[in-house]
Amino acid sequence: MNNNLIQYIYGIADNSLILGQRLGELCGHGPSLETDIAMTNISLDLFGQVRSYFQYAAKLQGEDVTEDSIAFLRKEREYKNVLLVEQPNKDFAYQITRQFLFDIYHLLLLSELQNSKDETLAAIAKKSIKEVSYHTRFSSDWMKRLGDGTEESHNKVQTAINDLWEFTDELFHTTDADKVMISEGIGVDVSLLKELFYKKVNEILEEATLQTPDIKYFQKGGKQGIHSEHMGYLLAQMQYMQLAYPNMNW
Amino acid sequence: MSDREVKNLEEMFDAKIARDEKIEPKDWMPEKYRQTHIRQMSQHAHSEIVGMLPEGNWISRAPSLKRKVALLAKIQDEAGHGLYLYSATETLGISREELYEQLHSGKAKYSSIFNYPTLTWADMGAIGWLVDGAAIINQVPLCSTSFGPYARAMVRVCKEESFHQRQGFQIIMTLAEGSQEQKEMAQDALNRWWWPSLMMLGPLDAESIHTEQSMKWKLKRKSNDDLRQQFIDQTVPQAEMIGLTIPDPDLKWNEEKQSYDFGEMNWDEFWQVVKGHGPCNKERISARVNAWENGKWVRDAAMAYAEKQENKVVKQAI
Amino acid sequence: MKNWPLWEVFIRSKNGLEHRHCGSLHASDATMALENARDVYTRRMEGVSIWVVPSTEITASNPDDNAEFFEPASDKIYRHPTFYELPDELKHM
Repeated sequence: MNNNLIQYIYGIADNSLILGQRLGELCGHGPSLETDIAMTNISLDLFGQVRSYFQYAAKLQGEDVTEDSIAFLRKEREYKNVLLVEQPNKDFAYQITRQFLFDIYHLLLLSELQNSKDETLAAIAKKSIKEVSYHTRFSSDWMKRLGDGTEESHNKVQTAINDLWEFTDELFHTTDADKVMISEGIGVDVSLLKELFYKKVNEILEEATLQTPDIKYFQKGGKQGIHSEHMGYLLAQMQYMQLAYPNMNW
Repeated sequence: MSDREVKNLEEMFDAKIARDEKIEPKDWMPEKYRQTHIRQMSQHAHSEIVGMLPEGNWISRAPSLKRKVALLAKIQDEAGHGLYLYSATETLGISREELYEQLHSGKAKYSSIFNYPTLTWADMGAIGWLVDGAAIINQVPLCSTSFGPYARAMVRVCKEESFHQRQGFQIIMTLAEGSQEQKEMAQDALNRWWWPSLMMLGPLDAESIHTEQSMKWKLKRKSNDDLRQQFIDQTVPQAEMIGLTIPDPDLKWNEEKQSYDFGEMNWDEFWQVVKGHGPCNKERISARVNAWENGKWVRDAAMAYAEKQENKVVKQAI
Repeated sequence: MKNWPLWEVFIRSKNGLEHRHCGSLHASDATMALENARDVYTRRMEGVSIWVVPSTEITASNPDDNAEFFEPASDKIYRHPTFYELPDELKHM
């Protein structure tokens, strides 16, 4: 069993899982019916990707491991998502900014991952890339609408970008498992995506008449399983059924 | 127009519907037809979007990834159905914003069943199985209703809805086949949702005010009591199949009429909920009002942005 | 601020078929209308191409004019192939 590969898969899939979960909380509460439906589509895409990754990770582990035991039965420290995606749904400006920052990163990651030597990961990436291209279009368009909309929306989205900026640097950190996978031609060296990420983000921010934050201090930890205070509550909900009624079929 | 001319038009209008011809938005129609349709169609649309809330309560806690995506997709469909129905209503000359206003102020009604709380995962099964089951019985005949936009919206709704009831029944069936705890959870959900589902099909015929007119306009094909009987007759064997008990001691097969006799419903409770005093009426409306009010700055931003872009294009052209 | 205007949505279900009206939606501009149409009306692979048109840009005929618009066509039966009676031996015409 290749533990590094499994950890590597978690590192990618947990981002989609936790962001999908956050978006799921919004269903039925969107600013318009149309926007509500659109955000749910993104959530569904992300959960679809999660299932592909976890089914693969479960197959690698055999025994009693399933996509659901991976999704629902790990301890908080075992989830390897970045801090960005677990940030709460404070308002629409935060939701869109969080989405936008993640989408730009996600698209760059998948563009590389589709060349992975691991055929399954490459295939998942190829399929997901179409979905994530659309997510990027959706969130970029909304960044522009909010940034160059009214004074109120401009201020709200500028606050969101200022607050969430400190979570961007972590996207480009590599874990020990990442390093092994990179050396084997399976993993993507995300540190190489950093420059392009900030370039693309800045282009949209400029079009959206928003300021790129000038921040030198960043938060990290998610990739090591050290999360923010928000994570425990998110997991408490997500794992509620599995913990309250262990070992049952649903 | 003289009274006589109006009467003439109305006769021609009724004859057209009787011939199974559709009425389209720009056609002449009696004012009462327009108002009745605005009321019923918007009520239907409101029910779809308020109906997202009780199930939405369990998205974050769904017990498996498969169940989570199915539930999300189902609730999203309800948003879509609300959207189709609001759009169809808008063809009658009222805006979605005005319709929301009626919902938020309490002037417009929605299906009372969504004022009950969802307390366990089994409620997701019970809602799909019973509530969607009752809704389908109500909705299928509307695919051939007289107002074209409503009929077309309903064709789309019914087509999409076919997976909803199956989704719910599979949840409840899995529970009924599961551990003792799961069986009890399923039975408890059936106990709580059975009677509200029966009442969802409307007041007794003897107490129903709109029926005759609605029949003529094909807003209704069968009476409430007939629909209820149909629902009971199709659901009881399904409950038996998975070993659950319908919570009605008076329920008995009637060999002579080839259908079930059933006990009396608690109409006091029904009217209490309809009048706004159910367990969740206040939460449901406040959730809708919050979504709309908190979304105002977002909608305004999009409009302001659109106008700026348009001005840029105009300037470039000059 | 104004509300999002209404758009009519037309979808081509597959190449070779025409775009058909499938419903409407609200959006602040054409870009959003296209994206919303994609998210609302093609969730089940219903389309390969989308048109969106502001509802206010559609000019519709008035049902009051139906008599003069459409009924004059009803007696032009010579426009239909069945008007021409031909011997049965003549197949495929």
